[in-house]
Amino acid sequence: MEMNGGQALIKALETEGVEVMFGLPGGAILPVYDPIIDSTIRHILVRHEQGAGHMAEGYAHATGRPGVAMVTSGPAATNIVTPLCDAYMDSIPIVVITGQVGTAAIGTDAFQECDTVGITRSVTKHNELVMNAEDIPRAVREAFHIATTGRPGPVLLDIPKDIVDPKNPRSAMEWYWPTDAEIEAGLPGYKPTTRGHAKMIREAANLILESRRPVIYAGGGILKARAAEALRELAELTGIHVVTTLMARGAFPDSHPLCLGMPGMHGNFTAVTSMQKADLLIALGSRFDDRVTGKVATFAPDAKIIHVDIDPAELGKVRRPDVPIVGDCRLVIEELVRAVRDLGGGDAQPDRSAWKSQVSGWQEKYPLTYQQSEAGEALKPQFVLEHLRDSTPEDTIVVSGVGQHQMWTSQYWRFDHPYTFVNSGGLGTMGFAVPAAIGAKVGMPDRTVWAVDGDGCFQMTAQELVTAASERIPIKVAILNNAYLGMVRQWQEMFYEERYSEVYLSPDLPDYVKWAEAMGCVGLRVESPEEVQSAIDKANGIDDRPVVIDFRTDSNEKVFPMVPAGASNDEIVVDPSQSQTEVHVVQ
Amino acid sequence: MSTTHHILSVLVENKAGVLARVAGLFARRGYNIYSLAVAPTDDERFSRITIVVDVESRPLEQVVKQLFKLINVVKISELAPDEAVERELMLLTVKAEPTTRGQIIELVQVFEGRIVDVGHEQLTVMLAGSPTKLDDLEELMRPYGIVELQRTGRVALPKLERQAPRLRSVSGKVS
Repeated sequence: MEMNGGQALIKALETEGVEVMFGLPGGAILPVYDPIIDSTIRHILVRHEQGAGHMAEGYAHATGRPGVAMVTSGPAATNIVTPLCDAYMDSIPIVVITGQVGTAAIGTDAFQECDTVGITRSVTKHNELVMNAEDIPRAVREAFHIATTGRPGPVLLDIPKDIVDPKNPRSAMEWYWPTDAEIEAGLPGYKPTTRGHAKMIREAANLILESRRPVIYAGGGILKARAAEALRELAELTGIHVVTTLMARGAFPDSHPLCLGMPGMHGNFTAVTSMQKADLLIALGSRFDDRVTGKVATFAPDAKIIHVDIDPAELGKVRRPDVPIVGDCRLVIEELVRAVRDLGGGDAQPDRSAWKSQVSGWQEKYPLTYQQSEAGEALKPQFVLEHLRDSTPEDTIVVSGVGQHQMWTSQYWRFDHPYTFVNSGGLGTMGFAVPAAIGAKVGMPDRTVWAVDGDGCFQMTAQELVTAASERIPIKVAILNNAYLGMVRQWQEMFYEERYSEVYLSPDLPDYVKWAEAMGCVGLRVESPEEVQSAIDKANGIDDRPVVIDFRTDSNEKVFPMVPAGASNDEIVVDPSQSQTEVHVVQ
Repeated sequence: MSTTHHILSVLVENKAGVLARVAGLFARRGYNIYSLAVAPTDDERFSRITIVVDVESRPLEQVVKQLFKLINVVKISELAPDEAVERELMLLTVKAEPTTRGQIIELVQVFEGRIVDVGHEQLTVMLAGSPTKLDDLEELMRPYGIVELQRTGRVALPKLERQAPRLRSVSGKVS
């Protein structure tokens, strides 16, 4: 079938099963926007290209399917660099298509030209400047293959205008669709290992069965590999506790008796300390991020390490594993469960009752806590989150920005289902929440989607609520408005002698309610604890447009526990109300 | 060159931008590439990049793993300097007035180099050999006045096995 490159690009996306894409047209990408009118793909017109990228990410987070964004050249391409980097850090499968000036103009400083593949080279899993129309179907198939297999990640295709413009003879091509075998043959350097090494898996099973103080350190890889069920089977078979990192919240149910919650800089005391005192860490799809380990030299000093990851570069990057296993988390965990069963299963393990009672002792002594405000005092953000959590369906998708509100959300929500927490972990992108929530809602239209945002974050990408209102995407946004860049303020209070430099934002400039209304949303304001519940109920009852609630919260509230940056996890600071004593471990 | 010198032989797809991807992984970590040689292999789909870097082994291991993640990188071998044959080519233009010309030609002959161009007061010399041999000739030419010098960067292959291959044991599993 004869067609032009632009038609081929859209047809290739349709053939890949793309149902929705996020984007904003412009000069260089114009010819590709023309066939969208006749396409089955729903295109969502964003207000800023960064929004398109984060929407694609939110869509991928929530559905597991690759998110697609399309923007024009130059400034549009540079605007989408942040989402690309965000997706790269958190291993989110997205495919981004950027327009480019015509092949003859590349390198001439043409209008809206930039070196997109050069700029995005280090923030994508792969990128390609497609130089000929006949390469388009192959490039699109490769992009989806690379984005979604192995360690997932963002792939960018840069498409010069002349190869998609029907007025240009260079755009003429014959349609084809490459086979799997052709795609694999065309990528001789790309063969992700998915099956774990059998001998290593046996060794891991042996270590597990010998260990006295084991902890499963579950990371985002569990979710990427759709391995939540396998993880649960392993934990229940062995009775081993599980910590779920920021990227893995929901991968193991918070309500499960073996779940210890989030470890790390703002993790709870038990999750942090159990890892510190463990004699075996079973790292599954986690990457020993600095926010989890604290000072690496003193992280879990007595622990042997089993490290399972699909990316060989993660093994030994931070901590040398005793048993490294390269492979897909789900396949490896399933093999590991078999190997443990072959060796006698849970009954073949030493008595761990002393360790378990120590862990539950920590849980009792150091639960997450905050001081409830007295009558007339400012609203506590944790109080808002507890009410929000208890007033929404259990499978609500929660999307957060970056900062204090993100940590409180991870701490105070109860994640009992995988793919219910969407946030920016590795890159820590402020402004992630609103667009990512839109993407998640588009992918999961039957689920309630709440964005929990900070006032600083909200101001960075709020314009996408116009997109949500005009496209009838009824997300809900809870702004925990403490009038500050709260996390920065917390660091200045604790580590910079309360010298508050450039962190004050004001509670009512902008007026978030009026701003929400101006963007076609319902705007609500809550200033005291008594108003919290009714505002949430009202928001939950609105399903035809987005809702924004401006919760005026206490500026002084800090996130605890906290491991100061660069300190050892042993130096965890708990809530001031909890007396802290030195932890001795039962051997 | 210090003891942390490593030779990486990287087989890559012969496509635009691949060298930039490879070089970028060194640049973002602040590692200087000491020498670099790139050329197509006998199979035109692939090129071989020979990189010499000065890095400690531990960070290098991470760079190698990251290199291998590049979609266009097909194979990487690290060659230990003791177990590799390294060669480099140098072109060197040196001042050669009638009084010194004879000495220079003699030195070039000792090094088994060749005179590839002759001017009234200059000679261009070509020498292929081990990098240290090139260093030596460069030192010896310096007093005469080096006008221009160009080295290719080294290429390397693993040294061949010198031990006679052992006869495979016939006991045990036969398959």
